[in-house]
Amino acid sequence: MSEAALSEPALTRGRAPWVQRLASWDTAVIVLAVLALLIASGAVHNFGTSRNFTFLLLDLLPVALVALPMTFVIVTGEIDLSVASTLGLTSAVMGLLWDSGLSIETIMPLCVVLGAVLGALNGFFVTVLKLPSLAVTIGTMALYRGLALVVLGDQAVAGFPRSYTSWVTGTVGGGVVPNLLIPLVVLALAFGLVLHATPVGRKVYAVGSSEQAARFAGIRVRQLKFWLYVVSGAVAGLAGVLWTLRYSSARADNGFGIELAVVAAVLLGGVSIFGGKGTLPGVLAGAVLLATVQNALRLQDVSSEALNIVTGALLIISVLLPNIVNSARAALRRRRAVIQEGKG
Amino acid sequence: MTTMTSRLLAGVLVAGLVGSLAACGGTTKDSAGANSGGTQSTAAADPNAAAKQGVKMAFLPKQLNNPYSDIEVSGGKTALEELKGEYKLVGPNDASASSQVSYINTLIQQQQDVIGIAANDSNAVCPSLNQARGAGVKVVAFDSDAARDCRDVFVNQASTQGIGDKLVELASKLAGGSGEVAILSATPNATNQNAWIEVVRADLAKPEHSGLKLVKIAYGNDDDQKSFQEAQGLLQSYPNLKVIISPTTVGIAAAARYLSSSSYKGKVALTGLGTPNQLREYVKNGTVTEFALWKPADVGYLAAYAGVALASGQITGAQGQKFKAGRLGDYTIGANGEIVLGPPTVFDSANIDNFTF
Repeated sequence: MSEAALSEPALTRGRAPWVQRLASWDTAVIVLAVLALLIASGAVHNFGTSRNFTFLLLDLLPVALVALPMTFVIVTGEIDLSVASTLGLTSAVMGLLWDSGLSIETIMPLCVVLGAVLGALNGFFVTVLKLPSLAVTIGTMALYRGLALVVLGDQAVAGFPRSYTSWVTGTVGGGVVPNLLIPLVVLALAFGLVLHATPVGRKVYAVGSSEQAARFAGIRVRQLKFWLYVVSGAVAGLAGVLWTLRYSSARADNGFGIELAVVAAVLLGGVSIFGGKGTLPGVLAGAVLLATVQNALRLQDVSSEALNIVTGALLIISVLLPNIVNSARAALRRRRAVIQEGKG
Repeated sequence: MTTMTSRLLAGVLVAGLVGSLAACGGTTKDSAGANSGGTQSTAAADPNAAAKQGVKMAFLPKQLNNPYSDIEVSGGKTALEELKGEYKLVGPNDASASSQVSYINTLIQQQQDVIGIAANDSNAVCPSLNQARGAGVKVVAFDSDAARDCRDVFVNQASTQGIGDKLVELASKLAGGSGEVAILSATPNATNQNAWIEVVRADLAKPEHSGLKLVKIAYGNDDDQKSFQEAQGLLQSYPNLKVIISPTTVGIAAAARYLSSSSYKGKVALTGLGTPNQLREYVKNGTVTEFALWKPADVGYLAAYAGVALASGQITGAQGQKFKAGRLGDYTIGANGEIVLGPPTVFDSANIDNFTF
């Protein structure tokens, strides 16, 4: 959509540029994430313990989970800011249904379906009514959170079955790895395969690089976007279920504000806010980097205000830096061209 | 290809669904049964054990930068200075349920001895608090309780009975033992206020208060303007009214403002729960004679002493155990590990200038 994206469309680049792309921002973020983990383990007291890694992964999970479909959405050049509110509304409804005596096995799929429906509403506004996704999802962000408060008010529903809540907070075999990492890994693999190894993924990049070109190439752009919003909503719904079970508390304010962390992780991971660029491994590394920095700073008694500042700053840097690099490259190219013209 | 698009995406969706359906059966609210987690400590307490020095206690209020909780934790700081402990204050910016959990986890990692927490959600913090207790950290809930089985003790600012009794005592004194009384409350479904009003009703039904007659309960919805208008309405509807009881800080301030500007000033008495800063002006100009509130700083102070007593093994949280809490004197743990701060403090023209909250 942007000029930078147009100048190097993903579809026409073939294998070598794909490798080249991986060798740039995404790899840098992966290296940064690993470095951050290593530095924090060495420098921050109490960071490098197995228990802390469990905490870190648990805090990271909802963000990473929601970031998976968000990556698709942002790569197509759109955004979904309603995910945290979808999570909250799902959680509130889950509490209501649980209180009404429905079985948890019925409630959980219902909640995922609810998330999908909420996502479909976003998709309808964006693709059928052709409204800008930023405005639509800011609207539904407020709408869904408001509905959550209507459903549950300031009440909390607790008492979810212990077998579920302890699985969600537990670790695999009592070790370091939280059980919750299993659904994340499964979904990450699925999303990663779809994005990087199927025609669907290439369509997503095509739409993000140039929507018009994609349409001329025969891609049903609006249909694709609609389904991405449905998936985004469904995953947010799943995150709402897991969130509720993790804190054994269904509340309307669950997940408040995590869209900031999700978008920050996606952009930090090298996805261009203008669409057409980015990889899923990069996004996951972005989520790990963000969680590591926050965990380490919290252990150093950095206040929560400062943590918000850090998240915000990382978000801005991750939008700013690629732009600066791109314009620097473009300027360099122009200069070279001028020099060559001068010679010729 | 569009069908393939939808099929693949639908596949991902279905995978999510199937994932969440992994377990079969049918666990409902009724079959899940009691969801009790950790246990109360069973270790024996040694009331004569020396108070440990250097106890590291972290306070985790509902939210940072809230004026009320700032005062509460300042009391904790004072107490830990007296006890030569290490005070620390951490907390989230938003009062959402789950934001405290990351902080509890951090405190576990930092190997604090005691966590003092005002829980945003009594259940959401539970698994983490029990993890903390499993790691040897003592947990003192203050102000707002965590679920009973995931903290050692709860420091309650005041018992419902204590507040209701104090309100009636003040009203009776101000009315001179007989006359019409009205209540200006918060919202009709405010939990705390309704509990106190129930106690007030029960007390008024007792023979020693037979001269007092409760004529009306008005609701100002904790909105300044609405409370102001409701106060005005009470005086117009009940010309013989002697006392207004307002068990909410918003209501009492609005009623005081109305009274002080009306001809009822000095004739109709006002009492209830308010802060000295709100009502100083009205105490000085004679609108308000006496009102009450617990001292927020004492809540934190008592929580810190309870925390150090736990860490020193003087108490374990069982009913009937006793400990000393500095200038507040001796305390005994009540049922369910609850420690009640005591009756609310009464403020009047003689002492109001000693308080700045």
